[in-house]
Amino acid sequence: MNTTILLLLAQDGITNGAIYALLGFGLVLVFAVTRVILIPQGEFITFGALTYAALSSGKLPGTAELACALGFVAFCMEMFSIRHQFTTGRIVRAAALYILASALALVLAQFAGGDTSSATINIALSLMIVSPIGLYLYRIAYQPIAHASVLVLLIASVGVHLALQGLALLFFGAEGMRAPTITDVAASIGPLRVTGQTLAVYIITVSLIVALWLFFGHTVYGKALRATAVNRIGARLVGIRTVLSGQIAFMLAAGIGAISGILIVPMTTIYYDSGFLIGLKGFIAAIVGGLASYPLTAAAAVAVGVVEAFSSFYASNFKEVIVFALILPVLLARSLSAPTIEEEKD
Amino acid sequence: MKRIVFAAAAVFALLPLSARAGDEGKEVVIGITLSTTGPAAALGIPERNALDFVPKEIGGVKLKVMALDDGGDPTNATNNARRFVTEANADIIMGSSVTPPTIAVSTVANEAGVPHFGFAPMPFTAARLKWSVDLPQPIPVVGRVLYDHMKKNGVKTVGFIGYSDSYGDLWMNDLKAQAPAMGIQIVADERYARADTSVTGQVLKLVAANPDAILVGASGTAAALPQVELRERGYKGPIYQSHGAASMDFIRIAGKAAEGVFMAAGPVMVPEGQDDEALTKKPGLALDTAYETKYGPNSRSQFAAHSYDAFEILKRVLPVALKQASPGTPEFREAIRKALLSEREIAASQGVYNFTEQDRNGVDERSRILLTVKHGKYQVVN
Repeated sequence: MNTTILLLLAQDGITNGAIYALLGFGLVLVFAVTRVILIPQGEFITFGALTYAALSSGKLPGTAELACALGFVAFCMEMFSIRHQFTTGRIVRAAALYILASALALVLAQFAGGDTSSATINIALSLMIVSPIGLYLYRIAYQPIAHASVLVLLIASVGVHLALQGLALLFFGAEGMRAPTITDVAASIGPLRVTGQTLAVYIITVSLIVALWLFFGHTVYGKALRATAVNRIGARLVGIRTVLSGQIAFMLAAGIGAISGILIVPMTTIYYDSGFLIGLKGFIAAIVGGLASYPLTAAAAVAVGVVEAFSSFYASNFKEVIVFALILPVLLARSLSAPTIEEEKD
Repeated sequence: MKRIVFAAAAVFALLPLSARAGDEGKEVVIGITLSTTGPAAALGIPERNALDFVPKEIGGVKLKVMALDDGGDPTNATNNARRFVTEANADIIMGSSVTPPTIAVSTVANEAGVPHFGFAPMPFTAARLKWSVDLPQPIPVVGRVLYDHMKKNGVKTVGFIGYSDSYGDLWMNDLKAQAPAMGIQIVADERYARADTSVTGQVLKLVAANPDAILVGASGTAAALPQVELRERGYKGPIYQSHGAASMDFIRIAGKAAEGVFMAAGPVMVPEGQDDEALTKKPGLALDTAYETKYGPNSRSQFAAHSYDAFEILKRVLPVALKQASPGTPEFREAIRKALLSEREIAASQGVYNFTEQDRNGVDERSRILLTVKHGKYQVVN
């Protein structure tokens, strides 16, 4: 162990930590608004990564069709739930949101995406395809049970995760994919080699922290979203559309997951089940942050990344054990120090 | 109304029983558990695909093949194996695609006294010798060709990076058993999990130890991960891969980093290059042609060869067993077990099998070749 190795491990740890931080944000965001612990966040990474990799190699990704299918199911459920209040406005809005958005993404991916298009177009298309999937998932799996307890929502999350992982295997196959890097820019700082890709990871993570903090702390929409989490009925009484806030939260989380996937797929091969493990480490970071604080989540994520890098050097056989065991002291400390708050039952 | 429904239900419930009474003894029931989902899906899916090309009847008796998925999980594999034994009255159990579930299935098969064909390398203890045979080349046979090559090229120190599960252990144990005797010293032992996306720490430690050669004990395309990282971190020495990594996808994933790798493989990867008298040539060509016609060029896979070879073995073994007992009986299973020992030189695409009481892998030097990658293509090393 000399300074070079120390620096290389630290760089690797911080880069991985930035990705875990992005995932932690998605988790905290969704939990803060809907009280759902989003285990399928890992699948959004996989979908984003593999959609972008498929587009870059000229294939139409299966997620585009998945989005259309989910959109259609969500539309039918919406029609059923407003069956006593059919107004043109509601029908048009539902059609636009559930069917048009995904169909548009599919058509655009077919014609505008591909290995000849620029990376920016492919990234935008990947986000357009994967973010609505989050929205549709909320409508199909969580909105009908939005008033249930956190435990029920967690079990639903596990179910959604298993279903999505199976679908990922179906659409993308068992073999992994990699995408070409966006830029080949690279700089050497001492023994460290900083590529454009890793710089993009750091910049996007930091900007997301700032953006989310501003959004939730200083805008009316953000405060409305937080109010929904504290008390759904109270929020509805003061005129906040709780359903809309859940949908926005899920769409944002899917978008964040897709961005993380797009960022890492040029650096490492992503398989249909790699997202789950990455999402779990983001979950550890979110737990350390108490599922409430963004800066704490980011710091915890970087700590998880660095611990992982160093334990893979010193005791590679026990790397997973060490990383996941980090959660134990934190849980112990929190449960001993925090007062018990009875959840508001609606 | 209720009585009619009840009567109809009773009739339907009794129908299958009556159908089965006549059928018994007319077909051989084969239960196969594979990892077509989960981290080992890249191995299990070709194994299931190859089942399209195996015979539907042998020796005039129909084969009833039931394939189930275990997701690479030993618990699921155990449940599948128990279902085959108790519910389906299987004569033969096959599976699974990777080492941990294969060990689990072998335990069940040996308890129940059912012949078992494994598709992943497995350590043989006394309890598993009686009923299990293992199709893939055993690690010591494959390791030998790698270590011989290392010795020929003057390698004195070797570093190891492999899976943190039983497959990695198999390779590490073999390295410890064979390499020191050939004058090769082991200087590093790193592990990683199958689903890992980064092996930076492990690779840094290996590069710091700077061995003359590095052996990667992994399978599937995840074996490309250390290959790529080692070359990226500036390791210049030769990298040796196990036969579990030999697939076309390895070159696709590793890209330029795959150039010059030395990989052990089964003969099914290059049957065209074999002599005409080689017993492995005909089955190898038959499987590769059929598989690549259906799944596209460069789709040939060693894993498909394992399930295909199990049926090649059955083509020799079942007619012998059928003369002595009828399917569905314990005597039939015992007859299969004896036929596996008495049949000699069973030609298959991955090797020529000769099982004995102690040697349940049954293969020799005809079951492995050494490949290298030049300009993105596999070439045989002589």
